[in-house]
Amino acid sequence: MSIISVRDLAVEYDGRRVLDGLNLDIEPGQITVLLGGSGSGKSTLLRQILGLEHPKSGSVSIKGTDITRCSQADLNKVRRSLGVAFQSAALFNSLSLEDNVALTLREHTALAPSIIDLIVWMKLAVVGLADFGKLHPQELSGGMKKRAAVARALAMDPEILVLDEPSAGLDPIVAAELDELILFLKGTFQITALVVTHELDSAFRIADRIAMLFDGRLLAVGTKDEIRANQHPRVRQFLDRVPGSPVHMPALASYLERYVQSKEAKP
Amino acid sequence: MANLLEIAGRETLSQLDYVGSLNIQLWATLRGMRAALPLVGNRHRWRAAVHQMLEIGVDALPMVALMAVCSGFILAMQGASELRRFGALHYVIDLVAVGFTRELGPLLTAIAVSGRSGSAFAAEIGTMKVTEEIDALKVMAFEPVEFVLAPKYLAALVAVPCLSIVAAFFGILAGGLFMFFSTHLGLLLYLRYVLTSIELRDVVAAMIKSLAFATIIAHVGCLEGLRVRGGPDAVGRSTTSAVVRSTFLVIVADAIFTTIFYFVGKA
Repeated sequence: MSIISVRDLAVEYDGRRVLDGLNLDIEPGQITVLLGGSGSGKSTLLRQILGLEHPKSGSVSIKGTDITRCSQADLNKVRRSLGVAFQSAALFNSLSLEDNVALTLREHTALAPSIIDLIVWMKLAVVGLADFGKLHPQELSGGMKKRAAVARALAMDPEILVLDEPSAGLDPIVAAELDELILFLKGTFQITALVVTHELDSAFRIADRIAMLFDGRLLAVGTKDEIRANQHPRVRQFLDRVPGSPVHMPALASYLERYVQSKEAKP
Repeated sequence: MANLLEIAGRETLSQLDYVGSLNIQLWATLRGMRAALPLVGNRHRWRAAVHQMLEIGVDALPMVALMAVCSGFILAMQGASELRRFGALHYVIDLVAVGFTRELGPLLTAIAVSGRSGSAFAAEIGTMKVTEEIDALKVMAFEPVEFVLAPKYLAALVAVPCLSIVAAFFGILAGGLFMFFSTHLGLLLYLRYVLTSIELRDVVAAMIKSLAFATIIAHVGCLEGLRVRGGPDAVGRSTTSAVVRSTFLVIVADAIFTTIFYFVGKA
C-alpha cells in the first residue's frame, strides 16, 4: 500500500491550471524523485502534499488520511510524521543550528533537555555538522544550510522525508555529498523519501522511482531504467537536454522592426 | 466613466479585503493568545512574549522618555505664552497634566512604538514568509499565529500601556521643570497640583486608548508581514506600509476615543 497517494489532483492559480488531474503513488521505503523542468508543477505538487495549499479538486492521502479534507488537528498529526527540507533551507535565522534542530523535540515531545541535546548532536553528526551547532544559519555556507535543513527534518525521526531541490545552487561536490547522505539515510533508517529536483545526475543517482512532470501532468512514472528507456518526446527532450523553444531569428527581427516603426510613428 | 467605476470598485474590494483580513487575523490571534499566557499557556510562547516585551518596552524607554520630555516642554511653553496674557499661568499645570495623561502619553508612545516595533513586526514576519520559515513552521505542525503572532500581541498589550505611563510621567515632569524655572514653583507642590487635576477617569481613558493603540500596531504590523508576496523588496514595502497604516489608524482611533470620552464626560 502506498504511503502517499495523490488522486485526480487539480490546482489552479487565478484561473490558470497548474496541475491537471494528477495521479501518483509513493511507496514506503523508497526514494521517489519528482523530476521536471521549471514551471512544470513540481513545487506546486509538493506544497499540496505538505498541505500548504488547497487543491481545486482531487485528494492527497498520507498514511490513509486525506489531508485535503481532514481537520487541522489531523493534518498536524500527519505532519509530525513528515520531515521537510525546503529549497531555501528555511532555517530560523534567530535560532542557532542546535535550536533549529531541537525546536520540534522541545515543543512536541516531553523528552528531558539532556536527551534532546543528545538527539540534536546525533542528527547534526549524521549530516556532518556536529561541530557547528552553536552557529546561526547566516554563518553557514549554502551546502551547510541544506544539510542543516536535512538534520532539522530528521529531528522527529520522520517516516517520510521530503526534500525540495536539495542540490540546487550547490557545487557538484557538495551536491554529490548530499546525494550520498540521502542514500545513507534510506539505507540506515529505511526512510521513505520524496525528492524534488531538476538535476538529472542527482535524480538518477538516488531514485528508486522517478515521476516526471511536464506542464502540470505526469508524463512518466517508473524505475530509473524505465525512465531512461521512455520514448515520450518530452521525456526524451528533458533527458537529452534538447532546447525547447529556440529563439526564432526571423520572427525576432520582424518584431524589432515593428517596434521601431511604432516608436518612429509617434510624434 | 467605466474606467473610473472599475478603479473605484477595485479599490473598494481591496480595502474590504484588508479589513476582512484584519478581522480574521484578530479572531485567530485572540484564540491563539491563550498559548502565550503565563501558567495556563505554553512556556516557550510566554518566554517569547517576555522577550518581545523587553524589545517593545524596555528598548524604547529612552526614546519615549526623551520624546515626552521635549513634548512636555513644548506644551508647557506654548500654553504659558498664551495663558500668561490672562494671568492664568497656573493653568499650565492642568494643561500638561491632563493633556499628557489623557492624550499625549498614549499617542506619543503609540507613534514611537509604531515606528520601532510595528515596522519590526512587518519586517520579521515578511522575511519569514519570503524565506519559507512560515511554511516550515506549518509543516513542523506549529500554528504560525500562535507561534509568531500571539507573543507579539501579548507583548504589545503589556508594553504599550506601561510605556504610556512612563511617557505621561516624563511629560508632566518636563512641565514641572518649566514651571520651576519660570515661576520658581517647587517640584513637590507642582506634583500635588498635578494629582489634584488628574481624575481616575483620565487614567482609565488613557489605558483604554493604549490598549487599542497596541492592538492596532501589533495587528497591522503582523498583517503587513503576512501579506508579503515576492522578494526582499516586498518586505521593504510592507515595513513602510505597516508604519504608515498603523500611525494613521492610531490617530483615527484616538479621534474616535476622544470624541466618545468627551461626550461620556459631559453626560
